[in-house]
Amino acid sequence: MTFRTVRIVAALTLREAARRRVLRAIIVMTVALLALSAWGFSRLAAELGTLTSGEARLASSQVLNLVMFGLSLIAALGTAFLAGPTLAGEMESGTALAVLARPVRRSAVLLGKWLGLAVFGSCFVVVAGLAEFVIVQVTMDYWPPQPVAGLALLAAQTTVLLTLGLLLSTVISPMASGIVAVGLFGATWIAGVIGGVGKALGNEGVARVATVARILLPTDGLWQGTMHAIQDPAVLTLFGGAAGGSPFVSEAPLAAMYLVWTALWVSLALGLAALSFQRRDL
Amino acid sequence: MTARPSLDAAQQLLDGLPPTPAVWCSGLRKRYRKRTAVDDVSLTVDRGEVVGLLGPNGAGKTTVIKILLGLVRPDAGDVLLLGKPAGDPYARARVGYLPELFRYQPWLTAAEVLALHVRLAGVAVPAGEQRECLALVGLADRAGDRVAGFSKGMQQRLGLAVALVARPELVVLDEPTSALDPVGRADVRDILLSLKERGVAVLLNSHLIGEVERVCDRVVILDKGKVAAAGSLAELLGRHELRLRLGEVSAEAEARLAEAGELTRTADSFTVTLPAEPDTDSVPDLVADLIRLGVRVHAVEPRRISLEERLLDILRADSGSAR
Repeated sequence: MTFRTVRIVAALTLREAARRRVLRAIIVMTVALLALSAWGFSRLAAELGTLTSGEARLASSQVLNLVMFGLSLIAALGTAFLAGPTLAGEMESGTALAVLARPVRRSAVLLGKWLGLAVFGSCFVVVAGLAEFVIVQVTMDYWPPQPVAGLALLAAQTTVLLTLGLLLSTVISPMASGIVAVGLFGATWIAGVIGGVGKALGNEGVARVATVARILLPTDGLWQGTMHAIQDPAVLTLFGGAAGGSPFVSEAPLAAMYLVWTALWVSLALGLAALSFQRRDL
Repeated sequence: MTARPSLDAAQQLLDGLPPTPAVWCSGLRKRYRKRTAVDDVSLTVDRGEVVGLLGPNGAGKTTVIKILLGLVRPDAGDVLLLGKPAGDPYARARVGYLPELFRYQPWLTAAEVLALHVRLAGVAVPAGEQRECLALVGLADRAGDRVAGFSKGMQQRLGLAVALVARPELVVLDEPTSALDPVGRADVRDILLSLKERGVAVLLNSHLIGEVERVCDRVVILDKGKVAAAGSLAELLGRHELRLRLGEVSAEAEARLAEAGELTRTADSFTVTLPAEPDTDSVPDLVADLIRLGVRVHAVEPRRISLEERLLDILRADSGSAR
């Protein structure tokens, strides 16, 4: 019964994502970003004619990180604003009444929503990310060293954020949950930047800000992993220790332990969301 | 193989038991912060029975329904749906529900909403039967249209189809005609009567007393979260009353009137509430006695009490005793 419910609700959530206006907004933003980056990269290729091939690779790797950050932001906004309405909105409007009066467990409904959103977010990240990789390959002749790992980590980042959105939407209103989720995502990223500066300056206390933020909400940690997977390894040898200050250079690959923590974080957040949803009076 | 006979015996024993009620609940309580919404409500809906839930706004009717369906957690009390504890979601497998707040996924078509609910219920209902269900509520030609374009009345009709589509044994309808025009109301009445014929139990919450009076076997009246009265329509409405306009009424004559039933007097009009099944002679006997006692009888008018009057009586008596 539980598996059936998860499957039905996941399919319904995917259909919802495909039919809502959010999807059109995401497509428009993504196409705009891809087109802009294609134009930018082709200009870059023309302007950088005087650079050596190594320097050109470095430049493209850096700009790629920047564009991928844009994509991750679109994915974050899109999923957070889909995750909020799908649960809190349905409780507010009354749509949830008819569905939850069926022989279904609320936890299964929640899991189905999560699965549908995770599949949607991951598909978006993979399709848009691959398109961007192809653009860079065609214009700048650069292919990331670990494209699969990069996209997988970016998909994981999106999943973490939508899990947060779902958790929030079991307690607060649909719009608020989207805004808070995106706000926290931004705050963690900024904490990461501050921590990077602290590290470059050799200030342990400030550097710890990033570590704590990355543990509390693993989005920025996963983003660092994504960048490391798609940037040219030469970036690090070139900048050396001085690279720490830049928010678009990642110094180290993700530790396996961090991935384990991310998985644990997602299960904890889902469990908490299920508990809160279970206790909710409709 | 040796287990066979004992299993058969157990089955026979089970078959011999009377069927469990469609709804059984006992001692339901629910508080929202300081306000008590439901206070010690117990009720039963037998299989195939149509029970009306009546009461003023804020009496706790919708909360009781939501507790029965597991949408609201009670602070105390037990619920059995079709013989299964309501804590088990499977108890709702054969339950259809039309919420007071009826909204369906606006991005789905009417037919898709029904298909979704059939899948969620885990019942195999062929597409033809689903279409018939839409036709029953008058939405046959809108099956392929998105719910987003539906009026409130059409959404309520769709909600009714959703409640009926998965072959329910119990249907819970919360204000099923609130958005419907008179024709729609008549349709709902016909649907309720056909459910009754098919032996489907119905719990109906409605403000429209006429609607309840026409289709319900039994009525439960809620007031301030409590059961103010419950009984069959015959029990609640079986009472007759006698209105008399009399002159020169002595104390002895008044005592004779009070003997016949509960007496109220305003100037020269007297109202006697008669017992549920008055025998045919009681009224002529009373009149004969009054004349013998020297009373001048101007008018005698026997009448039946409507559910509406009865409901108002019960609610007024309730608020009177609360004061």
